[in-house]
Amino acid sequence: MLSLDDVRLMTRLHGGLPLTDRPFADVAAEMGWQEDSVIERLHHLLAHGVLTRFGPLFQIERGGGQFVLAAMAVPETRFDEVAAQVNALPEVAHNYRREHALNMWFVVAAASPARAEAAIHHIGCISGLPVFAFPKEREYFVELKLPLTVPQEGRHGA
Amino acid sequence: MALDAFDRDLIAATQGGLPLVARPYEAVGAMLGVSGEQVRKRLGEMLGEGLVRRIGAVPNHYKLGFVANGMSVWDVDDALVDALGEQVGALEGVSHCYRRPRHLPSWPYNLFAMLHGRSRAEVEQQAEHIAAMLGEACGARDILYSTAILKKTGLRLTAKG
Repeated sequence: MLSLDDVRLMTRLHGGLPLTDRPFADVAAEMGWQEDSVIERLHHLLAHGVLTRFGPLFQIERGGGQFVLAAMAVPETRFDEVAAQVNALPEVAHNYRREHALNMWFVVAAASPARAEAAIHHIGCISGLPVFAFPKEREYFVELKLPLTVPQEGRHGA
Repeated sequence: MALDAFDRDLIAATQGGLPLVARPYEAVGAMLGVSGEQVRKRLGEMLGEGLVRRIGAVPNHYKLGFVANGMSVWDVDDALVDALGEQVGALEGVSHCYRRPRHLPSWPYNLFAMLHGRSRAEVEQQAEHIAAMLGEACGARDILYSTAILKKTGLRLTAKG
Protein backbone atom coordinates (compact mmCIF):
# COMPACT_ATOMS: atom_id res chain seq x y z
CA MET A 1 0.00 0.00 0.00
CA LEU A 2 1.32 3.41 -0.92
CA SER A 3 2.08 5.84 1.84
CA LEU A 4 1.68 9.57 1.64
CA ASP A 5 5.47 9.85 1.44
CA ASP A 6 5.55 7.44 -1.52
CA VAL A 7 3.06 9.61 -3.35
CA ARG A 8 4.94 12.79 -2.51
CA LEU A 9 8.20 11.34 -3.78
CA MET A 10 6.68 9.97 -7.00
CA THR A 11 4.95 13.25 -7.67
CA ARG A 12 8.20 15.14 -7.15
CA LEU A 13 10.22 12.77 -9.30
CA HIS A 14 7.69 12.69 -12.09
CA GLY A 15 8.84 16.16 -13.01
CA GLY A 16 12.41 14.97 -13.23
CA LEU A 17 15.57 14.30 -11.28
CA PRO A 18 17.94 17.30 -11.18
CA LEU A 19 21.16 17.03 -13.20
CA THR A 20 23.32 17.82 -10.22
CA ASP A 21 26.20 16.01 -8.57
CA ARG A 22 24.01 14.72 -5.72
CA PRO A 23 20.48 14.85 -7.15
CA PHE A 24 18.85 12.78 -4.40
CA ALA A 25 20.29 15.12 -1.77
CA ASP A 26 18.80 18.07 -3.66
CA VAL A 27 15.39 16.39 -3.92
CA ALA A 28 15.63 15.49 -0.21
CA ALA A 29 16.42 19.08 0.72
CA GLU A 30 13.37 20.31 -1.22
CA MET A 31 11.17 17.82 0.58
CA GLY A 32 12.68 18.19 4.03
CA TRP A 33 14.01 14.62 3.96
CA GLN A 34 17.41 12.96 4.20
CA GLU A 35 19.26 11.86 1.05
CA ASP A 36 19.29 8.26 2.32
CA SER A 37 15.52 8.26 2.81
CA VAL A 38 14.94 9.28 -0.80
CA ILE A 39 17.24 6.55 -2.12
CA GLU A 40 15.79 3.90 0.20
CA ARG A 41 12.23 4.77 -0.71
CA LEU A 42 13.04 4.60 -4.41
CA HIS A 43 14.61 1.17 -3.88
CA HIS A 44 11.47 0.11 -2.08
CA LEU A 45 9.11 1.38 -4.80
CA LEU A 46 11.13 -0.37 -7.51
CA ALA A 47 11.45 -3.60 -5.51
CA HIS A 48 7.69 -3.70 -5.01
CA GLY A 49 6.93 -2.96 -8.63
CA VAL A 50 5.18 0.34 -7.92
CA LEU A 51 7.75 1.87 -10.23
CA THR A 52 8.89 -0.16 -13.20
CA ARG A 53 11.94 1.99 -13.88
CA PHE A 54 13.76 5.04 -12.69
CA GLY A 55 16.06 6.97 -15.01
CA PRO A 56 16.19 8.82 -18.32
CA LEU A 57 13.25 8.16 -20.63
CA PHE A 58 14.63 8.20 -24.13
CA GLN A 59 12.61 9.44 -27.07
CA ILE A 60 14.74 7.38 -29.42
CA GLU A 61 13.05 8.78 -32.53
CA ARG A 62 14.95 12.00 -31.90
CA GLY A 63 18.10 9.94 -32.30
CA GLY A 64 17.16 8.17 -35.53
CA GLY A 65 15.40 5.25 -33.85
CA GLN A 66 11.81 4.14 -34.01
CA PHE A 67 9.06 2.85 -31.73
CA VAL A 68 6.39 0.80 -33.49
CA LEU A 69 3.20 -0.50 -31.96
CA ALA A 70 2.24 -3.87 -33.41
CA ALA A 71 -0.47 -6.43 -32.80
CA MET A 72 -1.24 -10.06 -33.49
CA ALA A 73 -4.26 -12.33 -33.22
CA VAL A 74 -2.76 -15.23 -31.30
CA PRO A 75 -4.75 -18.47 -30.88
CA GLU A 76 -5.41 -19.08 -27.16
CA THR A 77 -3.71 -22.45 -27.26
CA ARG A 78 -0.50 -20.80 -28.45
CA PHE A 79 -0.69 -17.61 -26.43
CA ASP A 80 2.01 -18.37 -23.83
CA GLU A 81 4.36 -19.85 -26.40
CA VAL A 82 4.06 -16.82 -28.70
CA ALA A 83 4.33 -14.39 -25.77
CA ALA A 84 7.64 -16.04 -24.82
CA GLN A 85 8.88 -15.78 -28.43
CA VAL A 86 7.93 -12.12 -28.67
CA ASN A 87 9.22 -11.17 -25.22
CA ALA A 88 12.58 -12.83 -25.88
CA LEU A 89 13.45 -10.12 -28.40
CA PRO A 90 15.33 -7.22 -26.78
CA GLU A 91 13.63 -4.88 -29.27
CA VAL A 92 10.26 -5.60 -27.64
CA ALA A 93 9.93 -2.87 -25.00
CA HIS A 94 6.38 -3.58 -23.81
CA ASN A 95 3.86 -6.29 -24.45
CA TYR A 96 0.24 -6.35 -23.28
CA ARG A 97 -2.53 -8.85 -23.54
CA ARG A 98 -5.77 -7.16 -24.57
CA GLU A 99 -9.37 -8.26 -24.90
CA HIS A 100 -9.86 -8.27 -28.66
CA ALA A 101 -9.37 -10.57 -31.65
CA LEU A 102 -6.00 -8.81 -31.83
CA ASN A 103 -5.05 -10.01 -28.38
CA MET A 104 -1.33 -9.30 -28.22
CA TRP A 105 -0.09 -5.70 -28.49
CA PHE A 106 3.59 -4.92 -28.24
CA VAL A 107 5.95 -2.02 -28.86
CA VAL A 108 9.15 -2.55 -30.79
CA ALA A 109 11.91 -0.04 -30.01
CA ALA A 110 14.95 -0.03 -32.25
CA ALA A 111 17.89 2.18 -33.15
CA SER A 112 16.62 2.63 -36.70
CA PRO A 113 13.38 2.12 -38.65
CA ALA A 114 15.11 -0.67 -40.60
CA ARG A 115 15.88 -2.53 -37.38
CA ALA A 116 12.33 -2.06 -36.13
CA GLU A 117 10.98 -3.43 -39.39
CA ALA A 118 13.38 -6.36 -39.22
CA ALA A 119 12.26 -7.17 -35.67
CA ILE A 120 8.61 -7.12 -36.70
CA HIS A 121 9.33 -9.29 -39.73
CA HIS A 122 11.25 -11.69 -37.47
CA ILE A 123 8.30 -11.94 -35.07
CA GLY A 124 6.04 -12.80 -38.00
CA CYS A 125 8.45 -15.52 -39.11
CA ILE A 126 9.04 -17.19 -35.73
CA SER A 127 5.38 -17.09 -34.72
CA GLY A 128 3.98 -17.90 -38.16
CA LEU A 129 1.28 -15.27 -37.54
CA PRO A 130 0.49 -12.05 -39.39
CA VAL A 131 1.76 -8.97 -37.57
CA PHE A 132 -0.15 -5.72 -37.94
CA ALA A 133 2.11 -2.70 -37.57
CA PHE A 134 0.74 0.59 -36.30
CA PRO A 135 3.63 3.05 -36.59
CA LYS A 136 2.61 6.39 -35.18
CA GLU A 137 1.84 8.99 -37.80
CA ARG A 138 1.36 11.80 -35.35
CA GLU A 139 1.80 12.19 -31.61
CA TYR A 140 -0.76 14.35 -29.84
CA PHE A 141 0.22 13.75 -26.27
CA VAL A 142 2.54 11.54 -24.25
CA GLU A 143 2.66 12.19 -20.57
CA LEU A 144 1.20 10.46 -17.64
CA LYS A 145 -0.98 12.94 -15.82
CA LEU A 146 -2.79 10.68 -13.44
CA PRO A 147 -4.01 12.33 -10.28
CA LEU A 148 -1.82 10.53 -7.76
CA THR A 149 -3.59 10.10 -4.48
CA VAL A 150 -3.17 7.92 -1.46
CA PRO A 151 -5.51 4.98 -2.10
CA GLN A 152 -6.50 4.71 1.56
CA GLU A 153 -8.63 7.54 2.77
CA GLY A 154 -8.35 9.05 6.21
CA ARG A 155 -4.66 8.78 6.91
CA HIS A 156 -4.76 11.69 9.30
CA GLY A 157 -1.80 12.00 11.57
CA ALA A 158 0.23 9.54 9.48
CA MET B 1 20.08 13.30 -35.79
CA ALA B 2 22.29 10.22 -35.51
CA LEU B 3 23.63 8.95 -32.22
CA ASP B 4 27.37 8.84 -31.75
CA ALA B 5 29.23 6.09 -29.90
CA PHE B 6 29.12 7.95 -26.59
CA ASP B 7 25.38 8.52 -26.89
CA ARG B 8 24.79 4.85 -27.57
CA ASP B 9 26.94 3.87 -24.59
CA LEU B 10 25.12 6.38 -22.40
CA ILE B 11 21.73 5.04 -23.50
CA ALA B 12 22.83 1.43 -23.02
CA ALA B 13 24.13 2.25 -19.53
CA THR B 14 21.03 4.12 -18.34
CA GLN B 15 18.00 2.75 -20.23
CA GLY B 16 17.48 0.12 -17.54
CA GLY B 17 17.58 2.79 -14.85
CA LEU B 18 20.00 5.01 -12.99
CA PRO B 19 22.04 3.50 -10.17
CA LEU B 20 20.38 4.41 -6.88
CA VAL B 21 23.45 5.84 -5.22
CA ALA B 22 24.23 9.31 -3.92
CA ARG B 23 26.12 10.25 -7.10
CA PRO B 24 24.28 8.40 -9.86
CA TYR B 25 25.76 10.38 -12.77
CA GLU B 26 29.26 9.86 -11.39
CA ALA B 27 28.52 6.11 -11.19
CA VAL B 28 27.35 6.05 -14.82
CA GLY B 29 30.47 7.99 -15.83
CA ALA B 30 32.66 5.45 -14.04
CA MET B 31 31.05 2.67 -16.11
CA LEU B 32 31.76 4.56 -19.32
CA GLY B 33 35.18 5.91 -18.42
CA VAL B 34 34.11 9.55 -18.35
CA SER B 35 33.37 12.04 -15.59
CA GLY B 36 30.00 12.49 -13.95
CA GLU B 37 30.15 16.04 -15.26
CA GLN B 38 30.30 14.76 -18.86
CA VAL B 39 27.33 12.47 -18.24
CA ARG B 40 25.29 15.33 -16.79
CA LYS B 41 26.26 17.67 -19.61
CA ARG B 42 25.22 15.21 -22.33
CA LEU B 43 21.98 14.23 -20.56
CA GLY B 44 21.20 17.93 -20.23
CA GLU B 45 21.72 18.40 -23.97
CA MET B 46 19.60 15.34 -24.70
CA LEU B 47 16.81 16.85 -22.60
CA GLY B 48 17.09 20.03 -24.63
CA GLU B 49 16.99 18.08 -27.91
CA GLY B 50 14.04 16.01 -26.76
CA LEU B 51 16.08 12.82 -27.03
CA VAL B 52 15.43 12.45 -23.29
CA ARG B 53 11.84 13.21 -22.32
CA ARG B 54 12.63 13.44 -18.63
CA ILE B 55 14.74 11.75 -15.98
CA GLY B 56 12.27 10.25 -13.61
CA ALA B 57 10.05 7.47 -12.41
CA VAL B 58 7.90 5.19 -14.56
CA PRO B 59 4.96 4.01 -12.45
CA ASN B 60 3.04 0.78 -12.77
CA HIS B 61 -0.55 1.93 -13.29
CA TYR B 62 -1.98 -1.19 -11.70
CA LYS B 63 -0.04 -0.72 -8.47
CA LEU B 64 -1.25 2.87 -8.24
CA GLY B 65 -4.83 1.67 -8.22
CA PHE B 66 -5.46 2.33 -11.92
CA VAL B 67 -6.54 -1.23 -12.58
CA ALA B 68 -8.63 -0.44 -15.65
CA ASN B 69 -6.35 0.38 -18.56
CA GLY B 70 -8.04 0.65 -21.91
CA MET B 71 -6.69 1.49 -25.33
CA SER B 72 -9.54 3.46 -26.82
CA VAL B 73 -9.54 3.50 -30.62
CA TRP B 74 -11.58 5.73 -32.89
CA ASP B 75 -12.31 6.04 -36.59
CA VAL B 76 -12.04 9.79 -37.05
CA ASP B 77 -12.47 11.83 -40.22
CA ASP B 78 -8.99 12.33 -41.69
CA ALA B 79 -9.59 16.03 -42.21
CA LEU B 80 -10.38 16.57 -38.53
CA VAL B 81 -8.29 13.98 -36.72
CA ASP B 82 -5.30 16.23 -36.01
CA ALA B 83 -7.29 19.02 -34.41
CA LEU B 84 -9.40 16.58 -32.42
CA GLY B 85 -6.40 14.46 -31.43
CA GLU B 86 -4.82 17.45 -29.72
CA GLN B 87 -7.98 18.00 -27.69
CA VAL B 88 -8.32 14.34 -26.74
CA GLY B 89 -4.66 14.16 -25.71
CA ALA B 90 -5.14 17.07 -23.33
CA LEU B 91 -7.84 15.29 -21.31
CA GLU B 92 -7.02 14.09 -17.82
CA GLY B 93 -6.68 10.33 -17.72
CA VAL B 94 -5.31 10.16 -21.28
CA SER B 95 -1.63 9.23 -21.05
CA HIS B 96 -0.82 8.68 -24.71
CA CYS B 97 -2.62 9.83 -27.83
CA TYR B 98 -1.56 9.09 -31.38
CA ARG B 99 -2.72 8.96 -34.95
CA ARG B 100 -1.92 5.57 -36.48
CA PRO B 101 -2.69 3.83 -39.79
CA ARG B 102 -5.92 1.93 -40.35
CA HIS B 103 -5.82 -1.68 -41.51
CA LEU B 104 -9.03 -1.97 -43.51
CA PRO B 105 -11.36 -3.67 -43.47
CA SER B 106 -10.79 -5.22 -40.05
CA TRP B 107 -9.23 -2.20 -38.34
CA PRO B 108 -10.94 1.10 -39.22
CA TYR B 109 -9.47 3.09 -36.30
CA ASN B 110 -6.91 5.86 -36.75
CA LEU B 111 -6.94 7.63 -33.37
CA PHE B 112 -5.56 5.84 -30.31
CA ALA B 113 -5.93 7.20 -26.77
CA MET B 114 -4.80 5.30 -23.68
CA LEU B 115 -7.26 5.64 -20.81
CA HIS B 116 -6.63 4.81 -17.17
CA GLY B 117 -9.18 4.51 -14.41
CA ARG B 118 -9.84 2.87 -11.08
CA SER B 119 -12.61 0.87 -12.73
CA ARG B 120 -13.88 0.11 -16.20
CA ALA B 121 -16.85 2.33 -15.46
CA GLU B 122 -14.44 5.22 -14.98
CA VAL B 123 -12.70 4.42 -18.28
CA GLU B 124 -16.03 4.21 -20.05
CA GLN B 125 -16.99 7.57 -18.67
CA GLN B 126 -13.80 9.04 -20.10
CA ALA B 127 -14.60 7.36 -23.42
CA GLU B 128 -18.06 8.94 -23.44
CA HIS B 129 -16.43 12.30 -22.90
CA ILE B 130 -14.16 11.69 -25.89
CA ALA B 131 -17.09 10.47 -27.99
CA ALA B 132 -18.92 13.71 -27.26
CA MET B 133 -15.82 15.70 -28.18
CA LEU B 134 -15.41 13.85 -31.49
CA GLY B 135 -19.10 14.07 -32.34
CA GLU B 136 -20.02 13.25 -35.91
CA ALA B 137 -16.37 13.20 -36.99
CA CYS B 138 -16.13 9.74 -35.44
CA GLY B 139 -17.62 6.52 -36.78
CA ALA B 140 -16.69 3.18 -35.23
CA ARG B 141 -14.98 3.00 -31.84
CA ASP B 142 -13.77 0.39 -29.40
CA ILE B 143 -11.90 0.00 -26.11
CA LEU B 144 -9.30 -2.73 -25.78
CA TYR B 145 -8.67 -3.40 -22.11
CA SER B 146 -5.34 -4.83 -21.05
CA THR B 147 -5.67 -7.99 -19.00
CA ALA B 148 -1.99 -8.75 -18.46
CA ILE B 149 1.36 -6.99 -18.71
CA LEU B 150 3.43 -9.55 -20.60
CA LYS B 151 6.54 -7.39 -20.66
CA LYS B 152 7.43 -3.87 -19.57
CA THR B 153 11.13 -3.27 -19.74
CA GLY B 154 11.20 -0.19 -21.96
CA LEU B 155 13.87 0.60 -24.49
CA ARG B 156 16.79 -1.83 -24.69
CA LEU B 157 19.27 -0.83 -27.33
CA THR B 158 22.42 -2.86 -27.53
CA ALA B 159 25.66 -0.91 -27.13
CA LYS B 160 26.31 -1.45 -30.85
CA GLY B 161 23.00 0.27 -31.50
